Amino acid sequence: MSKLTPEEIARNLQDRFGADRIELMKGSVGQPWIQLAPEMLPPVALALRDDPAFQFDVLMCLSGLHYDKENELGVVYNLDSTTLRHTINLKVRVPLDHPHIPSLERLWKTANWHEREAFDMVGIIFDNHPDLRRILTPDDWEGHALRKDYVQQDFYQGIPTK
Amino acid sequence: MNETLSSMPFLPALLLHAAIPLTIILVYALVAIWAERKVAGFIQDRLGPMRVGGWHGWAQSIADLLKLIQKEDIIPADASRFWFKFAPFMMFAASYAAFAVIPFSSGYIGSMVNIGVFYLLAVTSVLTLSVIMGGWASNNKWSLLGAMRSAAQMVSYEVPTIATVLTVVLVAGSLNLMEITELQSGNDTLGFLPNWLIFQNPFLITAFIMFFISILAESHRVPFDLPESESELVAGYQTEYSGMRWAMFMLAEYADMLLLSLLGATLFFGGWNSPFGDFLAGPFWGFFWFMLKGLVLVFVMMWIRWTLPRYRVDQLMAICWNILIPLSFVNLVLAALWEMIF
Amino acid sequence: MMELVKTGADNHEMVINMGPQHPSTHGVLRLELVLDGELIKEVRPNIGYLHRCFEKYAEELQDYAKVIPYTDRMDYVSAMNQEHGYVIAIERLLELEVPERVEYARVILVELQRIASHLLGIGAFGLDLGAFSPFLYLFTEREKILDIFEKNSGARLLYNYFAVAGLMRPLQDDFKGDVADFVTSFRPKIKELEDLLSYNRIFVKRTANIGVLPAKVALNYAASGPVLRGSGVAWDLRKNDPYSIYDRFDFDIPVGTGEMGTVGDCWDRYHVRVLEMEQSLRIIEQALEGMPDEGDVMAAIPKRIRPKDGELYVRTESPRGELGYFISSDKSAAPFRIKARAPSFVHLSMLPAISKGALIADVVAIVGSIDIVLGEVDR
Repeated sequence: MSKLTPEEIARNLQDRFGADRIELMKGSVGQPWIQLAPEMLPPVALALRDDPAFQFDVLMCLSGLHYDKENELGVVYNLDSTTLRHTINLKVRVPLDHPHIPSLERLWKTANWHEREAFDMVGIIFDNHPDLRRILTPDDWEGHALRKDYVQQDFYQGIPTK
Repeated sequence: MNETLSSMPFLPALLLHAAIPLTIILVYALVAIWAERKVAGFIQDRLGPMRVGGWHGWAQSIADLLKLIQKEDIIPADASRFWFKFAPFMMFAASYAAFAVIPFSSGYIGSMVNIGVFYLLAVTSVLTLSVIMGGWASNNKWSLLGAMRSAAQMVSYEVPTIATVLTVVLVAGSLNLMEITELQSGNDTLGFLPNWLIFQNPFLITAFIMFFISILAESHRVPFDLPESESELVAGYQTEYSGMRWAMFMLAEYADMLLLSLLGATLFFGGWNSPFGDFLAGPFWGFFWFMLKGLVLVFVMMWIRWTLPRYRVDQLMAICWNILIPLSFVNLVLAALWEMIF
Repeated sequence: MMELVKTGADNHEMVINMGPQHPSTHGVLRLELVLDGELIKEVRPNIGYLHRCFEKYAEELQDYAKVIPYTDRMDYVSAMNQEHGYVIAIERLLELEVPERVEYARVILVELQRIASHLLGIGAFGLDLGAFSPFLYLFTEREKILDIFEKNSGARLLYNYFAVAGLMRPLQDDFKGDVADFVTSFRPKIKELEDLLSYNRIFVKRTANIGVLPAKVALNYAASGPVLRGSGVAWDLRKNDPYSIYDRFDFDIPVGTGEMGTVGDCWDRYHVRVLEMEQSLRIIEQALEGMPDEGDVMAAIPKRIRPKDGELYVRTESPRGELGYFISSDKSAAPFRIKARAPSFVHLSMLPAISKGALIADVVAIVGSIDIVLGEVDR
C-alpha cells in the first residue's frame, strides 16, 4: 500500500472497469481528473473508498458546475486518503435536460449537504439522496443561482430582491 | 420605632410600615444593579458604567429605570393577557411581603409574628407560582421551558433551604426572627467572638454553606441561573417581557436576593448585632450592621456570578437531591445531637 | 394555550425553534429541535440566512484579484486565513513564485489570525456555558493582535491584505518587534486560561462526554481541523499536505486524548484549540527568525491575471479546519467557477449525528465546541 499518483489510480480503475469508461483528463495547469459516466460513479466511488489500494476515506469537496457552452452540468468530487496521503478528483458530466447523478451520501455522509448545495445552486438532481431540498436559498426560490444564464427574480414573496 | 408606630392611628402606621421596606428595596435595587455592573467590570478588567451622573456612572440604573418606564408595554397577541400582566406584580409582591418579618434593627420590624421564619418561607414559595404564571401566560416555548425549569429548581431547593433553616431554629429554639437575633447579642464565644449562631455549633457552619448554595439556586443566580440562562433559553420565563413589566421581574429578583441574604445574616451572623459588642450598637447602627452583613452576602453572590460557568439542568437537580438534601438532614440530626450533648 | 406540535403518535414531543435570533447560535443559524421535555429527539439545522452567493460574485467580478476582499467576508473571524487559501490557489494556477519575505510575513499573519480566531472561539464557547469573564479576558488579548493587523493593513476585521504573490501594503518597520512583543506577553496567558476555564469543575462537567464524535464518523463526515483532531486523529494540513513554507517549521499537532471524558467530546475539541495556540506561537517565533528583513512585498504582484485553462482544488488549514478552494479556469480573465469548501459548513452538517439524546444545554455546548462561523457556512 503506498501513495499513488492520479495516473496510477486511473490505470488501476481502467483495469477494473474497462479502459473506455474511465478517462484521465487534465487542463493546461492544475490537477488531473478522472472523468466518468454517471452510472459508473457508485461502483468507482465504492472501490475508491473501500479498496485497500486506494483507501479514500474523505470526500473533501463536491462542486457543481454549469458548462453553458456544452449545455451540460457537472460535478467534481475531490477525494483524499488520510492513511495513504494521496488525492484524486472525479468528474461527472450530465446533459442539462436530464441532470441526474447518483448520490454518494451512503458512502460519505458529508456528501449530504454538499449535494443539497449543488442541487440548490446548479440544479443537479442526485438520485437516492435522502433529503434533497434547497439548503442555502429558501425552499420556494426560483432558479439555480450558479447557472450561467441565471436571472435573479425581482420579488421574493412580495419583497424586492435587488 | 415600633413603639412610635404602635402609638399612631392605624392607617398612617400601616402606610409607614409599608413604605419603609419598599424604600429600602427600591434604593437597594438601584444601587445593587449599578454595583453588579461595577463588580462585573472590576472582575473582567474593565470599567463598567462611567458616564451617567458623573462619578463612576452612579446614576446609570436611574437612567435605565427611566428608559424602561418610557418603553412600550408589549403584550404578545397570543398571550393570556391578564395573567401575563399580573405575574410580575405578583412576583414582586411575594418578595416584598416577606420583608415584613425581617428585623431591620433592634427598633424596627414590620410584624413581630412568632412564626416569622415559617411565614417567610411560605410567602417566598409564591415566587415559583408567579414565574410559572409569567412563563405560561407568555405562550412562548422558551418561556414555558424556563418556567418549568424554575418550578422544578425552586421546589427542589426549598427542601435544603428549609432543612438548614430548621437547623438554626432548632439551635435557637424560636421561629421569631427578632428573638433569634436578640439571642445572638454579646461577645462571649471563646472569649472574644460575637455570639452569632454560626459560632455556636459546628454544624451550623456546614448548615450555612448549604444554605448559601440553596439560596443561590432559590434566587436564580449563577451557577444555578437556569430559568433565565441567556445562552440556552434566550431569557427563560422573561423572554416576552419588556419595559416596566420586565423591570418588575428584575426588581423582584434583586429583592429576593436581598431578602435571602438578609435572612442568612439574621440566622447565622447575628442580624443587627454589632460585631464589636456594645461598640457602635443601637437601633441606627443596628440597621447599618444588618444591611452591611446582607450586602456582603449579595456581593459574594455577584462575585460567583462573574466567575463560574453554569450547571446543566440535570446536574443542578442531582446536586440538590443527591447531595444537598441528604446532607442537610444529616446535618440537622448532628446539630441536634451536639445541642443535646453540650 | 400552548400549541404542542403532534409528530406521529407520541405527542409528548415539542418542536422548538432555536434561532435564527438566539444568543448562542453564533450568528443567524436556525435549529429546529424536536424535544421531549428537555431531551433532544432530533436536530434539524436550517442555514442560508447569511447567504450572499459568494461564488456568483466571484464569477461576475471578471477578475481573480477582485475576489480577495470577498473571501474575507466568508469567515470574518479569520479573514487572513481565507485570503491565504485563495491567493495560494491563484498562485498555483498561475505557477507563480512567491518572494521569501512575503511567505514569512503571511505565515506570521495567518498564525496570529489563528490565535485571534481561537481566542474568540474559546471565549464564545465559555460564554455559551455561562462563563462570562474569560470571554473578556480573551478579547483583551485578541485586541492586541488586531492592533498589529490594523497597523499594517489598516483594517481590524476584514483586511484585504494579501495579494497574489505579494501583500497589498508594505509591512511597517516595527512589524517584527510588535509580533515578538505579543508572543512574549501572550504565552503566560494560555496558562491563565487553563487555570481559569479548562479545568474548572463546572466547565468540565458541562463539556466532558458531551457530543462525542468518534474518529470514524468524523472522517466520514470529512471533519477537519480542531474538530477532527479533537477526535484523536493527528491530521493537520500544515504538516500532512504542507503548503506555503510550513514544511520549514517545527511544531506538534495536539490531539484529543479523552483526558476528562471520552475522546472526541466537547472538552477535547475545546482543549485542542487551547494547545494549538501554543503551537502557533512556536511557528511565529521560528518565522520571525527566518524572515528576511529586506525585500519589497509588493513587487511581484502581477498586473493582470489570466490563467491557462485547468482545474485545481487547493486546501489550507484555517482555524476551523480544511478550507478548500476549487477553481476552474477557462483561459478568460473571469473565473469559470470558484467553490469555497468551508469547514464550518461541513462541521455543521454533522450536528444532527452528534447531538441526538443530548439536552438543550448540550446542543449549545456542541455548537460552541465545533466553532462555526455562519458567514462561512452560508457564504
